[in-house]
Amino acid sequence: MATNGHANGNGSKKKDPVLVVVQLSGGNDFLNTVIPFQNGNYYDARPLVHVPEGQSLPFTDHLAFHPAAAPLREMYLAGDVAIVQGIGYENSSRSHFRAMDIWHTCEPLKIATEGWLAKVTQELDPQGSNPLTAVSFGRGLPRALAAPGVTATSVDNLDNYGLLNSVQVVEQRQEDLQFFKRMYTPAIGTGMVLDYLAHTGNGVLSGADMLKVAPSLYTSSVTYPDCAIGKSLRDVARVHTANLGTRIFYTQHGGYDYHAQEVPSHHRLLTELTGSLSAFMQDLREHNAADNVSILVFTEFGRRMKDNGSGTDHGSGGGAFIIGENVKGGLYSEYPSIEPGDWLNGEDMRHTFDFRGVYGTMLEQWMGIDPTAIVGGNYEQLRPFKTAVGA
Amino acid sequence: MADERLALMAHLLRRAGFGASREELEAYAARPYEEVVEELIHPERMPDLDDDVLARYYPHIGANIDNPQSWNGRWIWRMVNSKRPLEEKMALFWHHVFATGWTKSEHTPTMVRHIDMLRRNGLANFRTLLIDLSRDPAMIYWLDNNENHAKSINENYGREILELFSMGIGNYTEQDIKECARAFTGWTFEHAIPLYPYGHYDSKFVYNEADHDNGVKTFLGHTGNFNGEDIVDIIARQEATARFISRHLYNFFVADEQQVPAWSVTDPVDPEAIKTLMKAFKDADADIRSVMRVLLNSDFFKAARFTRVKAPIELVAGVIKLAGTHRDVEPGLTAFDAATRVMGQTLMDPPTVEGWHTGKEWIDGGTLTERVNFAVSQLSDMKKPGPSAILRRLEELDRPLESAEVVDTILDLVGPLEVQPETRVALVDFADHVGEINFGSDENRQLSEERVGRLLRLTVASREYQFA
Repeated sequence: MATNGHANGNGSKKKDPVLVVVQLSGGNDFLNTVIPFQNGNYYDARPLVHVPEGQSLPFTDHLAFHPAAAPLREMYLAGDVAIVQGIGYENSSRSHFRAMDIWHTCEPLKIATEGWLAKVTQELDPQGSNPLTAVSFGRGLPRALAAPGVTATSVDNLDNYGLLNSVQVVEQRQEDLQFFKRMYTPAIGTGMVLDYLAHTGNGVLSGADMLKVAPSLYTSSVTYPDCAIGKSLRDVARVHTANLGTRIFYTQHGGYDYHAQEVPSHHRLLTELTGSLSAFMQDLREHNAADNVSILVFTEFGRRMKDNGSGTDHGSGGGAFIIGENVKGGLYSEYPSIEPGDWLNGEDMRHTFDFRGVYGTMLEQWMGIDPTAIVGGNYEQLRPFKTAVGA
Repeated sequence: MADERLALMAHLLRRAGFGASREELEAYAARPYEEVVEELIHPERMPDLDDDVLARYYPHIGANIDNPQSWNGRWIWRMVNSKRPLEEKMALFWHHVFATGWTKSEHTPTMVRHIDMLRRNGLANFRTLLIDLSRDPAMIYWLDNNENHAKSINENYGREILELFSMGIGNYTEQDIKECARAFTGWTFEHAIPLYPYGHYDSKFVYNEADHDNGVKTFLGHTGNFNGEDIVDIIARQEATARFISRHLYNFFVADEQQVPAWSVTDPVDPEAIKTLMKAFKDADADIRSVMRVLLNSDFFKAARFTRVKAPIELVAGVIKLAGTHRDVEPGLTAFDAATRVMGQTLMDPPTVEGWHTGKEWIDGGTLTERVNFAVSQLSDMKKPGPSAILRRLEELDRPLESAEVVDTILDLVGPLEVQPETRVALVDFADHVGEINFGSDENRQLSEERVGRLLRLTVASREYQFA
């Protein structure tokens, strides 16, 4: 596993495309992230929860970034960020959990349990031969990565990953794991479920053995912001640069549900998020490992047009970001109209682009996978890449 | 070999409860099996658990607040401590069948009342249960019956009460679903008090006569001006209901079956057992207590040791029992809710109305890691009551112990747990590897404590420990 990627059909070395998903949990306020700062309707709808003119950071003659998103603006000006404006779907759910399920399963009409990225994982590694094809950071797998028979690895703490992690003495844990492995040896005639447990246990052991090398191989001059998303993205960098064959990374940044006290909390979250994304890109470049990575930043919904005096309530019509060296930076789709007469149900931003089209874009044009079965249909796609790498 | 009486009683308590401490197990095993079954199926004969004591120490667990983690922690505490273990187990069973989730309503008090309703009716007549279920605000909102109106029916509840809660697919027509939905029009809940500023309030069932369809309905061959109660009565008399509920009981209490959607096309693993349970259901006119008496006393039940993969909540509650903690009020209950969640099961929040997939489907690389690591970490402190009792029992043998004897004693005290011969050999080799168990001096005692701890932890990390 000396190189990232594998020999393709014609014998040349080509790095496999990698997708990093960053989930902003709670419903990021797109209106206050990418701000129509010249539009009076914005200030009228948000008498208290807005960014005052002069503080926002313009990047076109009508749009500005939130002041805490300065690192994102820099990446945008460097041409590495595609902004997907007005992402959503019909009859957007205002329940966090339901909305997140819809994003995770691509199924807005009925309750489904198979995650879209789990299906991608199965497509990438049909035999499940590499337990690290998909790696999620944080405890427990997100539904996006869960489906029967699909192996995805969730890593709570990369420096102490795997089985028996409460055993403090390193040598003892190694010994214990050897005997654990013996207990998990499949044997003829023990029954299907016992056998399945044996295979699953061995999968975890080999995944852990592979992941163990990542922290020791990694050195970097880049300092990440001291926060959860910075730690997660640093973990992504450590595993990605260790060349373990991971094609999908999943991370989450929580806390975007600011019904109250939005102004200070949104500032903190965007500072953490955009600083971490910037550090991550810099880190990958330092390791010559940025060219095969694209990042998708999404959230389950946007927020209500009008503020509630302290924060904003659940709404629709959010925004997403696609970031990477292969990205053709710029604005995609349309910013939802913020004229009060155009508001959805009189209070929300109307989405202008279906989220399944964004997934389709990432899968077909970046990962080189037919998205039809995964997202449940053919949805209009964007053209956010310089070259469609995966194709 | 473990004492057979003890092993059978441990099996009964794992299935009809959440396991038992060794002391509890020995006390139960001293009594006739059938007598214990009678006590289990008559929870009202035993004192209820005063879980308000939790609220005294931890107001956030007791107050009527919106945090489902606190309430789940409280439920787990009940599972571990109740003198009526089957009462809690039946509530969990019906929660699997009538899978209602917090996710849609985000309304915690209503979900808590929903679980109370399942607890109260767990061993009642199936009719009582279905009627209370149909009047339950959490269910009404979950399946949109508040939008089921005389003038425009919403079929959601009418469909699922037949497909998922009683008869199973293939035993009724689309027209039956519509007629069933008509009968439940007007079954709704009182208008909720707004969430802000004080949080959620409990809601109550309301029968809105003006919104009820009073026309004649034809349902499963019966015709009349039926209301919901009439529908439930017809459902309870169906052969399909007896079969569907019997298969659910078998899958939950006896042995892992295929998943529910496969039932309409696959035969039961043990058709005779299902026949026995169906007969009990019909003979007792849908009285669940009677069916449970037959089930728990049956030979097929007694022979079914370790044939089910533990649900995450069974694993967690069982490990707590083994560790001997939380028998009184102590912090850490909400962490147990988090533990079951990362193992794939959040109480009060099944993934869909079809409930949790069970058996082998509980297990993947991530959930197996969480299961093993949870059990191991809960037993890392040999000063906890459970582990120190195991040490004491080994010490009381009062002689030098062979590795095999140490392993067998631990297997016995942990279950008794039955393991594959290869697993036992690995454990005995591990015992040889960690060194002699000897309580002869303070120094030896300390070493032995550490060694027994390692053996105990590897035992609960085994594949076999994943089974109930």
